[in-house]
Amino acid sequence: MPKITYIDHSDQRYELEVPNGKTIMEGAVENAVPGVDGDCGGQCSCATCHVYIDSRYAHLLPEKTTVEKEMLELAVEVTDDSRLGCRLTVDESYDGMVVHTPESQF
Amino acid sequence: MVNRVVIAGGGQSALQVGISLRRRGFEGSIAMYSDEPALPYQRPPLSKSYLAAAAADAAALAFRAPEFYEKLGIEVHLSVPVTAIDRAGRRVELGTGETVGYDALVLATGARPQRLGLPGEELEQVHVLRSAADAERLRRRLRPRTRLVVVGGGYLGLEAAAAARQQGAEVTLLEALPRVMSRVTGTRVATFLTDLHRSKGVEIRTEAVAVRIDAVAEGGVLVVLADGDEISCDEVLVAVGVVPNVGLAEGCGLPVDNGIVVDEHGQTEDPAIFASGDCTNHPNPVLGQRMRLESVHNAVEQAKAVAATIVGESQPYAQVPWFYSDQYDVKLQTVGLFQGADRVVLRGAPAEGHFAVLYLVGDRVVAVDAINSPREFVLGRKLLAEAPDGAVPLIEWPEADGDAAGAAQMIMPA
Repeated sequence: MPKITYIDHSDQRYELEVPNGKTIMEGAVENAVPGVDGDCGGQCSCATCHVYIDSRYAHLLPEKTTVEKEMLELAVEVTDDSRLGCRLTVDESYDGMVVHTPESQF
Repeated sequence: MVNRVVIAGGGQSALQVGISLRRRGFEGSIAMYSDEPALPYQRPPLSKSYLAAAAADAAALAFRAPEFYEKLGIEVHLSVPVTAIDRAGRRVELGTGETVGYDALVLATGARPQRLGLPGEELEQVHVLRSAADAERLRRRLRPRTRLVVVGGGYLGLEAAAAARQQGAEVTLLEALPRVMSRVTGTRVATFLTDLHRSKGVEIRTEAVAVRIDAVAEGGVLVVLADGDEISCDEVLVAVGVVPNVGLAEGCGLPVDNGIVVDEHGQTEDPAIFASGDCTNHPNPVLGQRMRLESVHNAVEQAKAVAATIVGESQPYAQVPWFYSDQYDVKLQTVGLFQGADRVVLRGAPAEGHFAVLYLVGDRVVAVDAINSPREFVLGRKLLAEAPDGAVPLIEWPEADGDAAGAAQMIMPA
């Protein structure tokens, strides 16, 4: 099972095993990692699963769809590393990935 | 000092109260009593992806795994509803007959499907759609060429019609009013969705009122309409709205008026009792009116306000509502309430399947429907959220841009 390290805004680390097929959002909310809400349950409708993923992992991630790009405009403190966690489905290639969570979603 | 929180209900709002209490550092006990057999799960997909799926996975709907509740110290009692409240003694009675004391009680009891009260509604071919069990029962009966009659053209009925078409069912949708979705959107979006469903093969009949459902031989049923017409089918889904579950509140003398009456902190007239989610009649300080909402946003944000109040802090629930729906490949996202609008601005390209409707009261935008146009929704959420009274002068509203065909912006009567 891929190991993913979530780091919250206070630098607390959460080293988690996230099953293949789960999303980065689900991995965070199901393990109570602070900073990710996922209010809409992964429908890409609420923009409360904003996370930061370092560009060194960018090649592993799917391209942002138009919907994701536009929904990200709702998030605060968006950077080039910003993604919506519900759009990122974990597979073996995500093993070792580091995900930073924001202080708050709004 | 609150040490014991009891939550009556086990849906999204109940869960969010528990999570928000812990996030705010609450260290007392949290006990959730749910009449459902499953841990809190997502309801929105039940009428959408779940119903349309070939093989549905109910476990995948769960918001959180069982370990999460242990980790956060949230006790969840499944199939154990709260049955009565003793306000003086600050105790609740449970379905098991036991009683449990509380310092703060949260009623997150949700809503139940409205029934039509028609002869034949109790037949086993007649469905409602609220719980995972409801969805699974209906999903198992949808096969290619199953004849389904959906009674009700709101969000739920239209979403279910779309999902049933995706299963290959033949769908007739009956709407009692002259158009679908009259409670939740204006005529432009309703017309677009009606055309969409018709193009997908759904027969939509407006001003069609079912008066009786008869069992017939070969296992089917006959839906009899007020005009005497009869529709022969295999299954019927009644999707005509919900009724808030206010029995517990009513039973202990709390004010109820189309929902449990609460303030902007989710507090009832009893300072130890709160309510959150679909079951509440709450004030919206931004819009200056009381309302009862059925939405994820309401379930989550009202819960946060309740949790804050329980720990002695304050985060009043004062937000412009938003909603969403998925039908076929169309995503409808709504912000604000369209009722009362006298003009609309149409932006984008309905013929190409992506557009937005801005709803105006006078010269101010109060609501936005975005069809396959997330940017318009995002813009609406941002601008209306920042406006002190949830309305923004049209003149300050940014032009539509990019491929949204900015040229096509027309003001017309609502």
